[in-house]
Amino acid sequence: MKKKSILERVAAVPHTVWMIMFIVAPMIFVLFFAFTDINGNFSFINITRLAQYSNVFLLSIGFALIATVICLLIGYPLAYFLAKTKPSTQKILVLLIMLPMWISLLIRTYSLMALLDNGGLLNSLLNQLGLADINIVGTTQGVILGMIYDFLPYMVLPIYTAITKIDPKCLEAASDLGCNNFKVMTKVIIPLSAPGIISGITMVFIPSISTFYISQKLGAGKFDLIGDTIERLFQNVGTYNVGAAISLVMMILITISVVVMNKFSGNDDDGGIIV
Amino acid sequence: MNETTLISLRDVSKAFDGETVLDAISLDIHDKEFVTLLGPSGCGKTTTLRIIGGFEYPDAGTVIFDGKEINDVPPYKRPVNTVFQKYALFPNMNVFENIAFGLRIKKTSEEEIVTRVKEMLALVNLKGFERRRVNTLSGGQQQRVAIARALINNPKVLLLDEPLGALDLKLRKDMQNELKNMQQKTGITFIYVTHDQEEALSMSDTVVVMSGGKIQQIGSPTTIYNEPINAFVADFIGESNILNGVMISDFKAKFSGQTFKCLDSGFAPNEPVDVVVRPEDVDVVPLDKGMLSGTVTSVTFKGVHYEIIVDIGGFKWMIQTTDFVAVGEIIGLYIEPDAIHVMKKSEFSGMFGDYSSYSDELDRLSDVTEENE
Repeated sequence: MKKKSILERVAAVPHTVWMIMFIVAPMIFVLFFAFTDINGNFSFINITRLAQYSNVFLLSIGFALIATVICLLIGYPLAYFLAKTKPSTQKILVLLIMLPMWISLLIRTYSLMALLDNGGLLNSLLNQLGLADINIVGTTQGVILGMIYDFLPYMVLPIYTAITKIDPKCLEAASDLGCNNFKVMTKVIIPLSAPGIISGITMVFIPSISTFYISQKLGAGKFDLIGDTIERLFQNVGTYNVGAAISLVMMILITISVVVMNKFSGNDDDGGIIV
Repeated sequence: MNETTLISLRDVSKAFDGETVLDAISLDIHDKEFVTLLGPSGCGKTTTLRIIGGFEYPDAGTVIFDGKEINDVPPYKRPVNTVFQKYALFPNMNVFENIAFGLRIKKTSEEEIVTRVKEMLALVNLKGFERRRVNTLSGGQQQRVAIARALINNPKVLLLDEPLGALDLKLRKDMQNELKNMQQKTGITFIYVTHDQEEALSMSDTVVVMSGGKIQQIGSPTTIYNEPINAFVADFIGESNILNGVMISDFKAKFSGQTFKCLDSGFAPNEPVDVVVRPEDVDVVPLDKGMLSGTVTSVTFKGVHYEIIVDIGGFKWMIQTTDFVAVGEIIGLYIEPDAIHVMKKSEFSGMFGDYSSYSDELDRLSDVTEENE
């Protein structure tokens, strides 16, 4: 490999410092807390206590999986039709999908709650029509709806990008070689948009599994997900170390899912958006 | 060559955004024939091919395949396969899977797929390339995969849309021969689209010259070259000196102020006509033996011959000769009766001037822009 010039080394310094301070150091802290007891002595006590949180893990993984699958089912067709509309309309629609991403997740979640809550916009409307309230806030559906609402754009955009990258001649070739419209979709469009699907799944699954705000607001505090648990443990004095252990497990979980996802996308190095 | 008509286009028209691309064209394509649609960009040749392939539907007219109207039949139901201009291989599949694609869709057994893909790879000289990813192949190799992917389905007709456009000259010549061989070996009808007249002449049984959404002439390569029907065809195919003339009587044409013996007849007495003389058919002779005389204004060495521009009474002729002549020399020219081709006046008359503004560079530039479209 070519030797780096002094200028290149100097230019890399701020980046390196940043990485050490804000990425490496926090991770070392997490590791440190995870393997020490409250007095700072090395110990496995936190790891052994993880078992009592297994339900939290299962619930979080379950919620995140359901949200990801529904996002994919809604997001793929949406991305497909988006990619097929004419370019001028496409720009506007992409903007509309991106727009919520510019607003803080907290605000979006809060407003969704305001919309769905008892006495919220939806229920007042139903009452006016003489219908009974629908209770969404505080239910499983409410939490999952919140995840879908918040993270759907992260599914749509990478898939949309992947679909627009497909050479339209490839679709004609498929049709020429005997595929009807359905087979063109299953044999060519979906496989060729796989990198986008992988990115989308990763980008929805990871924030879904680590979210705490959505379950607090839309779950009305009834659900304890990993994110909520970590938040609570870190807010209370003396439970830092268990919180760190759970964080560590979650980091490992996320790493595994990213690695698995990358395996799925094979050695195709183009088309993916992130990861 | 078999004379059964396989495909018939009857008064087929097509417009995109109100702009007519095909204007009531009619064309018969015979079984086992190598047909080339030839013309400049925007002449409608690719649209014609896409209508046959089923990728576009005609606005008017009928497309008949084997006696049945197929206007609204989608591409996947047509016994036709296409080799696309930029190959359009599936980037997520290796060479084997690309070629096997059509058979897999038809749910052919795995053993048969393996044997037939092997056969195809042998036919296109790509043995041992099964596991290669298509984006690691060169243009010529991708081209062969595209051909194999289409041919494996045993189509009645293979459509080729400027398949050699992206290849370099040497490779293009080799592939021309290979394609011609493949066509003869397989006995499949080839419909080939190109803007390269040399390619069209050297490969085809029949050439269809198109311009402005209309068919100008259909004929064998020799007919198209030797007996162009109008000034457009004469100008587009090869080099030609196109002169204003008058047909004095049968076998007697007058142009450049002289009367020449020729082999054409059937015109009204003194009918104005376009006369074509190919640059290679003019002999340079001593001044006193010439039927015409003129001043040499430019000489270009071309390897096989010199290309000279001769000013005869203000009209610049292009002449190809193996004898060296100097710029400024006054030379005599001799034209055999069979070198003169007389055409009826057409909408294209007068559109193609003499060689006064001719330059190699311009010619090459226009070639490049055509290839880049």
